[in-house]
Amino acid sequence: MPAELDVNRKVTVYVPCETAAVSLGADDVGEKIAAHDNVNVIRNGSWGMSWLEPLVEVLVGEQRIAYGPVGVDDVDSLFEAGFLEGGEHELRLGDITELPYLKNQERWTFRRCGLIDPLSMDDYLTHGGFAGLQKALAQDPEFVIDQIKASGLRGRGGAGFPTGIKWQTVADAEGEQKYITCNADEGDSGTFSDRILMECDPLTLIEGMIIAGYAVGANRGYVYLRSEYPLTRRVFAKALVVAKDSGWLGEDIGGSGFDFDIDVHLGAGSYVCGEETAMLESLEGKAGLIRYKPPLPAIEGLFGKPTVVNNVVTLGSVPDILALGAEPYANFGVGRSKGTLAFQLAGNIKRGGLVEKAFGLTLRELIEDFGGGTASGRKIRAVQIGGPLGAYFAEEQLDTPLDYEAFTKVGGMIGHGGVVVFDDTVDMAAQARFAFEFCAIESCGKCTPCRIGSVRGVEVIDRILADKDREENLNLLTELCETLIDGSLCAMGGMTPFPVQSALKYFPEDFKR
Amino acid sequence: MDRFGFISEAAIRQLARELNLSRADIHGVVSFYHDFRTTAPGQHVLKICQAESCQAMGSRNLTAYAEEKLGVDLHGTTDDGKLTLEPVYCLGNCACSPAIMIDNKVYGRVDQNKLDSIVDACGARCES
Ligand SMILES: Cc1cc2nc3c(=O)[nH]c(=O)nc-3n(C[C@H](O)[C@H](O)[C@H](O)COP(=O)(O)O)c2cc1C
Ligand code: SF4
Ligand code: FES
Repeated sequence: MPAELDVNRKVTVYVPCETAAVSLGADDVGEKIAAHDNVNVIRNGSWGMSWLEPLVEVLVGEQRIAYGPVGVDDVDSLFEAGFLEGGEHELRLGDITELPYLKNQERWTFRRCGLIDPLSMDDYLTHGGFAGLQKALAQDPEFVIDQIKASGLRGRGGAGFPTGIKWQTVADAEGEQKYITCNADEGDSGTFSDRILMECDPLTLIEGMIIAGYAVGANRGYVYLRSEYPLTRRVFAKALVVAKDSGWLGEDIGGSGFDFDIDVHLGAGSYVCGEETAMLESLEGKAGLIRYKPPLPAIEGLFGKPTVVNNVVTLGSVPDILALGAEPYANFGVGRSKGTLAFQLAGNIKRGGLVEKAFGLTLRELIEDFGGGTASGRKIRAVQIGGPLGAYFAEEQLDTPLDYEAFTKVGGMIGHGGVVVFDDTVDMAAQARFAFEFCAIESCGKCTPCRIGSVRGVEVIDRILADKDREENLNLLTELCETLIDGSLCAMGGMTPFPVQSALKYFPEDFKR
Repeated sequence: MDRFGFISEAAIRQLARELNLSRADIHGVVSFYHDFRTTAPGQHVLKICQAESCQAMGSRNLTAYAEEKLGVDLHGTTDDGKLTLEPVYCLGNCACSPAIMIDNKVYGRVDQNKLDSIVDACGARCES
């Protein structure tokens, strides 16, 4: 090493710039550490261990030594303890790669999250970025679609539709103009994997969208991002500039002759706009009313053109399927649930965060081994999986394996992988009531069962709780649920009954007070 | 919208004219989205997450506490016009519930004390 560098040698310290970390004070921590002149602070992404945020790492030799959770008030004592040399301190967690929470995961889509500076093209390329795109561009589009089919990748937005088949439909559709749209509306409570990918490794999403564009013959991409994610918006906008400046986005990408551009469209606080046809309406500048299907968006989507609608994590899983091959991805998982899913542990959980695992582990393993049980230390009573339209599980169902089919069998839905834990203080009648209340707030209003039925649902539950004509109202509630399931145009009305019915079935005592 | 914080009746009229749409069309869009309001908000907007993960960590009590402290219900603005209280359905900070957002800044694991200091700090900013 040249002498002059040695003299100015600064210690590299990583402080995450990611919503959860920042929400717990990471910016202040970063600033206070950066005020020391022998350190170089890098704002990396988060590894997804949200319960340890702000999680600070120091580069010592080849190792990154982690400390966390670090508050502003801990910074002085960390310096006193010699944390720049990896010194002992009560917050010292050791080598980041050795932490069991991380070590026991199968990171594929999220493998660079935490590791890299999300806005550094050098970091991205050093860690395998754009290898998938380069491989794709060297082959014909059909090869790319075949790879995605062979990987078994299914949509991570909730419905689990096979991605390769969707792309094939768009590729085969007539028309010069086609679109790639990325659904970053992430409205489900208990989910944040889209956000983490976009904040911690945004170039992966950009790469995935370009590959999708190449595969189906589209030159324009839109990201529909919810307004509740202001930090995500800032990071992703910068990532688009980084990609453009280095020739990986825009005209003649990587010298291939293929052009692709991406724009971001902000949502405006509507859950139902996460449904793909409502999202397309919203992208067109209209109110987010659900469209009748058919036609499928793949045939007549945005502005009536053939359109791919894919979730952030779906698209983000694509680059490495191309780079590393379909087979290693398909080797993860069980049955028809192939690959990995980024589960998100939330609610009353001791170790909340993101856990990317191959399908097939049980809910209990996820909640107990990774999550460490409840934050309150009390007993787990109920777990909601798959967002506000997902069923509530009781303790005795926690041994259900996490795969799409096994969940359907027990009346549940993995959805976007959000897992919300409740302890034994939860009032399940209040949760059932909320399911209807939320549906009433978010209904697009197109069909009566959902628009009116949700409001009635709240009233009926209120009457049951007030002990007015109990039996009659319980029957009414059952009928109302069936009407919503059978008579709704989309899953907003069609699945709102699931949390209600499961609450009634597994926690009937909460409706008898 | 971003600049003014709300879409006034005059703005709706102007939009309708420029886009060659009826006022009802514009109204339909504005009223559909929860973010769009037709009246001016307070100087600061405090959003408390009301969704399931935050419920599991006490957001209902936190909301009741905020309503009591500020003397307004959800969707209300304090008499001095300093703060508007709004519900929000998930901020993606569910691993650190309950979560709130004030003027586009998200906070996690918010208890009553933390809420006090965040709100009081923003009150101080108003006065200066
Ligand atoms: C009410 C409702 C809300 C939805 N919200 C989202 C969402 O926020 N993000 C998402 O990716 N998919 C959401 N979906 C699923 C989408 O309709 C669609 O299936 C998905 O974006 C397709 O992408 P994928 O195949 O990659 O999963 C929602 C569906 C419904 C019915
Ligand atoms: S079920 Fe509800 S959200 Fe879906 S189309 Fe009908 S009214 Fe709209
Ligand atoms: S449910 Fe409150 S932040 Fe997600």
